[in-house]
Amino acid sequence: MTILSLTSVVVGYDAEPVLRGVSLDVPEGSLVAIVGPSGCGKTTLLRTIAGLVRARSGEIRLGRRMVATHGIHLAPEKRRIGWVPQDAALFPHLTVAENVAFGLGTGKKAAIGGVRGAARKQARSERVRHLLALVDLTALADRLPAQLSGGQSQRVALARALAGVPDVVLLDEPFGALDPLLRGDLRDEVRALLRVEGMTGILVTHDQAEALSVADYVAVMRLGEILQFGRPDEVYRRPATPWVASFVGEAVFLPGVWTPDAPEGTGGTGGTGGTARPPRTGTVHCALGRLPAEWVAGPPQAGDDVTVLVRPEEVEIAPATDEPGRTATVTGVSYTGHDAMLDLLLDGGLRIRSRVTAADLQPAGARVSVRVRGRVLAYPGSPALP
Amino acid sequence: MSGLNEPPTSVPEPNSTSSSRRPPRPLLLLAVLACLLASIPLIYLLVRVGGSGLDDVVRVLGRPRVPRLLLNTVTLAAAVTASTVLLGVPTAFLLARARLRWRSLWVVLAALPLAVPSYLAAYGWLAAAPTLQGFWPSWFVLTLVSVPYVSLPVTAALRAGTSGLDDVARTLGRGPWRAFWLGTWPQVRPATLAGALLVCLYVLADFGGVALFRFPVLTTAIQQAYGASFNRNYAAILATVLVLLALLVVLGEQTARGRAQRQFGAVSGVATRRIVRLGRWSAPALLLLVAVPVLAVGVPVAELFVRLFEAETLRALDLANLGQALLNTLALSAGGAVIAVALALPIGALAARYRGRLVRSIESAGYLALGLPGIVVGLSLVFFSLSVVPALYQTAAVLAFAYGVLFMPKAIGAIRTSIGQVPTSLEDVARTLGYGRLQTWWLVTARLARPGIGAAALLVMVTAMKELPATLLLRPTGTDTLAVELWARTDVSAYGAAAPYAAALILVAAVPAFLLSGAGRARTDGTPA
Repeated sequence: MTILSLTSVVVGYDAEPVLRGVSLDVPEGSLVAIVGPSGCGKTTLLRTIAGLVRARSGEIRLGRRMVATHGIHLAPEKRRIGWVPQDAALFPHLTVAENVAFGLGTGKKAAIGGVRGAARKQARSERVRHLLALVDLTALADRLPAQLSGGQSQRVALARALAGVPDVVLLDEPFGALDPLLRGDLRDEVRALLRVEGMTGILVTHDQAEALSVADYVAVMRLGEILQFGRPDEVYRRPATPWVASFVGEAVFLPGVWTPDAPEGTGGTGGTGGTARPPRTGTVHCALGRLPAEWVAGPPQAGDDVTVLVRPEEVEIAPATDEPGRTATVTGVSYTGHDAMLDLLLDGGLRIRSRVTAADLQPAGARVSVRVRGRVLAYPGSPALP
Repeated sequence: MSGLNEPPTSVPEPNSTSSSRRPPRPLLLLAVLACLLASIPLIYLLVRVGGSGLDDVVRVLGRPRVPRLLLNTVTLAAAVTASTVLLGVPTAFLLARARLRWRSLWVVLAALPLAVPSYLAAYGWLAAAPTLQGFWPSWFVLTLVSVPYVSLPVTAALRAGTSGLDDVARTLGRGPWRAFWLGTWPQVRPATLAGALLVCLYVLADFGGVALFRFPVLTTAIQQAYGASFNRNYAAILATVLVLLALLVVLGEQTARGRAQRQFGAVSGVATRRIVRLGRWSAPALLLLVAVPVLAVGVPVAELFVRLFEAETLRALDLANLGQALLNTLALSAGGAVIAVALALPIGALAARYRGRLVRSIESAGYLALGLPGIVVGLSLVFFSLSVVPALYQTAAVLAFAYGVLFMPKAIGAIRTSIGQVPTSLEDVARTLGYGRLQTWWLVTARLARPGIGAAALLVMVTAMKELPATLLLRPTGTDTLAVELWARTDVSAYGAAAPYAAALILVAAVPAFLLSGAGRARTDGTPA
């Protein structure tokens, strides 16, 4: 079931909209990562969902309620959302427990289960205790925010956001300010916590590795638009555009020429001919030879120029032999321990990269033979010049 | 994943939202209302002068005395401004960049003259040398008491800046003076200009100091014309001339500052500050640091205490009267502080959180009172209360309102800063947690900005206690403040009798000043006590 749904949301002014018609459906209980470079509008998207920014047009549905549509803007305090900002934003004058209790609100909202007076107070403090136990901070309940580490602060912020049992938790680069080691741990912890609570989460990050590793779904944003929304492996393996391909991972682009495979069902038995759907697969002819390929956008016609995407881990190398084949010279090595990235200069003059395990490592200057494993992807048009 | 396409880690997305958000309408309305209230004196003055007819204006400006007054006013303002810059910038350099023992003591000493109103310093010097009179004593005393307006902001700018550019200039073959001129001066130029502006406005608006030295300028002429009361239009027209002069100064400073900022943006990179050894310059440096506070504060206060403990003074001391004046001073200045903060709060909140042309012009309008001398506000509010709200004429309410208008700019700055220091993300979080706009403001923003808002109120109070010309014009009959009592006695050269009031004034102004400097700061950094 969809818990959050955006339809053609536009934010900003005519000349330079920050969001140019964003549509997104978030399944209940999932963790969605919104990833994109700085300034792509991902934080604005999150703030728009929260109601902190007003959409100019489009609709936002949260749960069963319409929270934003033409002329209607539900205030953030009425949207039942949790907000975890990058700087944690703990209230500096309140203790850890008081910060979490702040999330329980005052007045009507605070009367959990309709109880009042002493019973209500009891229920509140019990709820705070439960939340603090959830994020493993019971011992720090009476500390002030200034006495917490970055990771602890983020956990308090999360507990505070969960306090009111929101429909969706919005996390705005919550791990951005932490050091890399702590970051990974906290990320896994947060994911586990959201799973256990059955909570839907939307995480904004500019770190594509973080997005791919933590989320159930990834939305890749650029210039105020969502270019692709899908499971992490879909996005990595079948990027919608060359830009997405290079944003979510290392990518090598080569110019190539498309030859489609024979259409299915044209094996001589008088088929329907011209109306047959063109095949998804074909062959590209490029600097790495003739490679089996699949088109992503198109379909391209036979003889069309295409851009061939090759991931460095698909480029295999071996010491050069006298056998005929593609050969290259290693021009650079960046060694990272578990594997290494090699810069290769193909004999034809093109540069590509190969990710190899330590066992296959070749020194700079070595002559190697090059082979591509698996099916490559083809996009319409020639590659943009670097 | 490593290599080509990895975006830089831990670079937060620029928070462009605060500039694109529109200010909420109620806040905008309150801010505009505050600006309108604060501009009553200026507007009413113009209405009054406009109503008096062009003939009157021409006749008044054609009087032979007027060019003389203008020349005196402008000469004094220019001379004092120039001398404060010449004294203040080297002082700042010593405080910020020289190897000094007891640096914090020197900083406190350098700020000390701010606590002494010009008429008090003038009174002290007159008590010591009763024949002082005219331009030079006025120039001397006003320079002394207003040096901190330049030296303190320039010290702050030097501390925030870097000497790295000097170092680069030196490695590129420039001598130390040339390197300072190329590297450091552009960094302190805006602060110097801002300080010079404050000094210039202070001198234009000064009444007590020049009056004691019998140097005829616009403020004293306005007071005389008003007192003579046969032609109050004359006073109003002179007041308009004075306001125009002040606005001209503000405009000039803004143009100059704009140019300075265009030439020299923010210095990038890590700030390095080279500390200079003074060597053979030690003696003149110390002389500079000691001379200003001693001459501005030491001499008048010493003279004061000599007078205070003379047997004759002690015998004539009317404790009941002194106590009453003290209470009046506290009550009136507290009222002024409340009004100033109430007026400044919406403007400061708006300026701290929102940008755009409308917000900028509202903020500028809030600072307009910087160019309004106390005597002008006093005069205009006399006219205003007499003809528009006669029930309030000569009541404490009008005087407190005058204080509020006069010192609102001080409050705007402090409030803007303290609200600006509350991260907007705290407000966002509170909103998403179910708190409405007003609840959020009260529970989060106002709660965290409280020390700063309190400091703003205290700052206004201290300044209002020392205010003289508006108090003289607007005080309810029979309600005398310390400043008024002091003035009444200096005027008839009863120096001994004035001493207790002067001493009381210094003491009550010193207590909040102490709170502002020490106790206030400990509260605002948010660390638990």
